[in-house]
Amino acid sequence: MRTWFAVLTLVATAWMAAPAAAQTLINGAGATFPYPIYSKWFDSYTKVDPEVRFNYQSIGSGGGIKQVTSRTVDFGATDGPMTDEQLKAAPSELLHIPTVLGAVAATYNLPGSPKVQFTPDVLADIFLGKITKWNDARLTAINPGVTLPNEPIAVVHRSDGSGTTFIWVDYLSKVSPEWQQKVGKGTSVNWPVGLGGKGNEGVAGQVKNTPGALGYVELAYAVKNKLPVGLVKNAAGKFIEPTIESTTAAAAGAAKSMPDDFRVSLTNAPGEAAYPIASFTWLLVYKEQPDQVKGRAIVNFLWWMSHEGQKYAADLLYAPLPGPVVKQIEAKLKQINYQGKPLLAAR
Amino acid sequence: MASTVVSKGGTAGRLSLPPLVETRVVRMNRGDRIFRVVLRLAAGALLLLVVALAAEMFRAASPAIQKFGLRFVLTSVWDPVAEHFGALPFVYGTLMSSFLAMLIAVPLGVGAAIYLAELAPQWVRPPVAFLVELVAAVPSVVYGLWGIFVLAPLLRRWVQPFLGSTLGFLPLFQGPMYGVGMLAAGIILAIMVVPFITAVSREVLLAVPNSQREAALALGATRWETTRIAVLNYGRSGLIGAGLLGLGRALGETMAVTMVIGNRPEIALSLFAPGYTMASVIANEFTEATSDLYLAALIEIGLLLFLVTIAVNALARLLVWSVGGAVKAGRE
Repeated sequence: MRTWFAVLTLVATAWMAAPAAAQTLINGAGATFPYPIYSKWFDSYTKVDPEVRFNYQSIGSGGGIKQVTSRTVDFGATDGPMTDEQLKAAPSELLHIPTVLGAVAATYNLPGSPKVQFTPDVLADIFLGKITKWNDARLTAINPGVTLPNEPIAVVHRSDGSGTTFIWVDYLSKVSPEWQQKVGKGTSVNWPVGLGGKGNEGVAGQVKNTPGALGYVELAYAVKNKLPVGLVKNAAGKFIEPTIESTTAAAAGAAKSMPDDFRVSLTNAPGEAAYPIASFTWLLVYKEQPDQVKGRAIVNFLWWMSHEGQKYAADLLYAPLPGPVVKQIEAKLKQINYQGKPLLAAR
Repeated sequence: MASTVVSKGGTAGRLSLPPLVETRVVRMNRGDRIFRVVLRLAAGALLLLVVALAAEMFRAASPAIQKFGLRFVLTSVWDPVAEHFGALPFVYGTLMSSFLAMLIAVPLGVGAAIYLAELAPQWVRPPVAFLVELVAAVPSVVYGLWGIFVLAPLLRRWVQPFLGSTLGFLPLFQGPMYGVGMLAAGIILAIMVVPFITAVSREVLLAVPNSQREAALALGATRWETTRIAVLNYGRSGLIGAGLLGLGRALGETMAVTMVIGNRPEIALSLFAPGYTMASVIANEFTEATSDLYLAALIEIGLLLFLVTIAVNALARLLVWSVGGAVKAGRE
């Protein structure tokens, strides 16, 4: 009699607990730039683990950092690494997990859309307002065989704060001491010259409609809309076209000196084939997870995303993570724990 | 009580409220009392909302207010990296673009309303009025995209070179022509505001009693004189109200302006030059503003926009009162 009762209770609790377990909802918020691949991942992951649902709000990196720091979401996402002060303000240790890479391309409006090559100093001086004409001697010298018109360069930049701007000015700060000192880097800066367009579409529209315009957009946006993109001279001295391969090459070049917390800028990365204006985008998760079920789901998802999930990247025009970086992420995921116990299932 | 007696007997032709209202108030039943309390609460909630909004913005902006003080409104460097914040170009941009918009939209909107209410053949009126109201419902981002892809190239290729060659001696029409800029912002705002002004003005003109027109015509006035003296004069405060509604929209409009104004925090005399508005900078930079001072500065811009809107509305309200008073005095 008693055993019957025990079995009955067991069945009843199991039956009642089952729907509760199926409802593990994980909330995240942050960067807009990787939103297309994240939503693809969260959708595909329901086939891997039907018991987990992700809800991601692409409110911008700033908002993502704010919300994860105040623990209103389970994970954050950002295009620019958090600063030391921001990390200190978090209630417990936050980890940066790279997910994919993006690149930023220079696009322009010139008759016949020739392939224009840029050196770092020329690019910086154009955006500083020191080179103002397309047929400037310094531009024609690095573009033999291309006829550049005697027209003013109309600089176009993003007006909204964005990770794309951050990558662009991070690069200019690295290659130009003058830029570093006068303008610096951030998601919005005080531009010395140029017009501001809202979003990639605003910049691209402005460039398309202004002869002699030069702007920058996400590589994915440039490729999808078949915009002309410029080649940029990398740290190894080669002119490199922005592509998915050359973006991954930038990460591979930087992998050798990758810091343990992944907070690395990939702009002007070493490597023969590396495109110099590229960056990781990161997910932000707490090393000590406050909830065992959610924590386990997040870790398992991160593992899946850094392995199987990477195959979705190229279709959506993001560059996948290079192998050595994935190895480093594996080690990092093993550190994520709930009350001292690692959450990652043995593999 | 005496006044009701006078109004009953004395001025039969004058518009006045029925005299019953005053006596009713004394003997109110319970339903009326509850109704009155509910309405009071509704009105009070609105007031409370405005006060709470202002207080909250002031609280959130206080780091920037303390750091910059009046310099915030008087300087024009906006550097988020170095955290120097001066909002003057944004205030200028908002006022200038709205002013341009009203300059274009008021004559156009009121003109269209006069045509629709006074001159248009009967079969034209309903479809055109319907279309005008439809245009008012187009989302602003659509106007913005249209501005980038159609209006700006049009301005750059045709309008700006024409203005430059004919009126180029004025500093207003000098400098490089990008298409986008203050002029584009003013025009796009005007296009967005015209339907509002037209729709409201038309209602105002339709509400003018026919006896007014008949009286003017009987005195031998021409069609134009009738419209001017009898109709426009009568509806003057209503027409100003229509303009105010449009101005309110122009001051706060964000998305469409952001897409065509060029987003450059500079005060340039030329209408061809890019500018920036308060609403635009908030929309552009709020999502990615991570430092506390930066956020506070953006919220202070919101507060400033709030104050500018109140100031402009108060000015316009004064205008209505003075004009309304003149009309009343004229009719007395």
